[in-house]
Amino acid sequence: MMPSINEIQNEIIEEFELFDRWLDKYEYIIDLGRNLDRLDDEYKRDGNLVPGCQSRVWLHAELKDGKAVYCADSDAIITKGIIALLIRVLSGQSPERVCEAELYFIDRIGLKDHLSSTRSNGLVNMIGKMRAVARDLAEAA
Amino acid sequence: MTLPAQQDPHEKTPPRRAFDVEEVRSDFPVLKREVNGSPLIYLDNGASSQKPRQVINRVSDYYRNEHANIHRGVHHLSQRATDAYEEVREATCRFLNASSSREILFTRGTTESINLVACSWGRRFLSEGDEVVISTMEHHSNIVPWQMVCEEKGARLRVIPISRSGELDMEAFAGLLNERTRLVSVVHVSNALGTVNPVKRIIDLAHERGVPVLLDGAQAMPHMQVDVRALDVDFYAFSAHKMLGPTGLGILYGKEALLDSMPPYQGGGEMIERVTFEKTTYNVLPYKFEAGTPNIADTIAFGTALEYYGGFDERELIAHEQDLLAYATERLNRIDGLGIVGTAKDKIGVVSFNLADVHPFDVGTILDQMGIAVRTGHHCTQPLMDFYGIAGTVRASFALYNNRDDVDALVAGVEKAAAILL
Repeated sequence: MMPSINEIQNEIIEEFELFDRWLDKYEYIIDLGRNLDRLDDEYKRDGNLVPGCQSRVWLHAELKDGKAVYCADSDAIITKGIIALLIRVLSGQSPERVCEAELYFIDRIGLKDHLSSTRSNGLVNMIGKMRAVARDLAEAA
Repeated sequence: MTLPAQQDPHEKTPPRRAFDVEEVRSDFPVLKREVNGSPLIYLDNGASSQKPRQVINRVSDYYRNEHANIHRGVHHLSQRATDAYEEVREATCRFLNASSSREILFTRGTTESINLVACSWGRRFLSEGDEVVISTMEHHSNIVPWQMVCEEKGARLRVIPISRSGELDMEAFAGLLNERTRLVSVVHVSNALGTVNPVKRIIDLAHERGVPVLLDGAQAMPHMQVDVRALDVDFYAFSAHKMLGPTGLGILYGKEALLDSMPPYQGGGEMIERVTFEKTTYNVLPYKFEAGTPNIADTIAFGTALEYYGGFDERELIAHEQDLLAYATERLNRIDGLGIVGTAKDKIGVVSFNLADVHPFDVGTILDQMGIAVRTGHHCTQPLMDFYGIAGTVRASFALYNNRDDVDALVAGVEKAAAILL
């Protein structure tokens, strides 16, 4: 059975507790970015761009068995790693859960502290887009 | 009137002290702080410079002891504030070697200075089929205002091409000038590349055809002495906050005859001579263009920033910054995979680069973790980035308080970023 959003968030928080140094944390995020499932080129279109990010971020979602399944890509690897974390938390959950979720893990893993406001605006927009897409999917279903 | 003993509002830098970067650094309180557990290495001066304590104190002293609205009041404080404010106009006039303080207008920034010319001069003097010449390396603030007024007037924007090294194609420029050209508006020093453009040559060529020239001097003023009369430039726009002064203040120099021929830009108080419901007559220069209560405190503190620059021998400042640029260029070039964007022969203040095909955002994020402040992105020059076919660059930009240790920290940071990201 799919773990809940909060169970996954807690898992991530535990993983990040292993890192004492910012460098290790970022190396891990970069690895997550490198290992993120490829987004098909057909989905890298302007309509899928997340606004307000310094780098380009494309987000695509589909409804599978009533769950929102996300794919994404970015031309910046750190951004891609952060999306990988968001996908891990939200992908495969019902659209309602995605919209209601309180994403506390970002603060708890110290990511928000380390991201400047321009960048965390991008992060806020990424989450906003994931929720908006989930709502659209639920309405269309 | 007695002032509190702890703060002397007339604290001035003694004239012509020998330039000593360590001594200069001690004037900038923010340079003592840490960011993400490391000492701050501030290399984002192209975006905005830090402020010396003299400027910071001047703002605070003004509000503590001297504030009143200017130009209208009969009372002591208003008259003193008016004198202090107008003295900065005189000081700016001397700093630029302008002919008269009537040619110095205070605005909100370079962007507003350019918009003022586009709106006021452009609306009066542009008509259908006319042409305005800009260049490929312009900041958006020297593109969009012209696009707006050109669209309104049916005029056309022409663009001077550049070489891969980031230098204007002067032959192409000469070819663009024709009987429909009404204005040339180009950047003096490129914010994204650091190129120093041959502005004297541009002005001479334009003037041969009777075409006025506006220079965007936002990135030039912090690094070099600009003599508007020697250049014979028609409009010169720049910002206080990039040259040790407060935010929210810009300057527009304009030749008096040109400014006189232009209609007011905004209506309101201060800019009028006499108002009735039937007709309003306008005030004289420079007040015609300064509607409403101006940014008094920041203007007065900008005077202190000018005094700070004036405290040094200009040649020593330039030599110091050229040393930093040369040192940074040489050291960065030794990093595998690093490519400098903008390799003009004549550069100042800026080194822009990319690490192989790594997104500049990633490099900037890693540098930030080490307390190193640089700019990443398109630097509000998207057409220029399109020309190079890149998303953006990492830009380190220098001020007089940067030293070789800052460059060493940057190089170490970029090497670390390369190790992680490449």
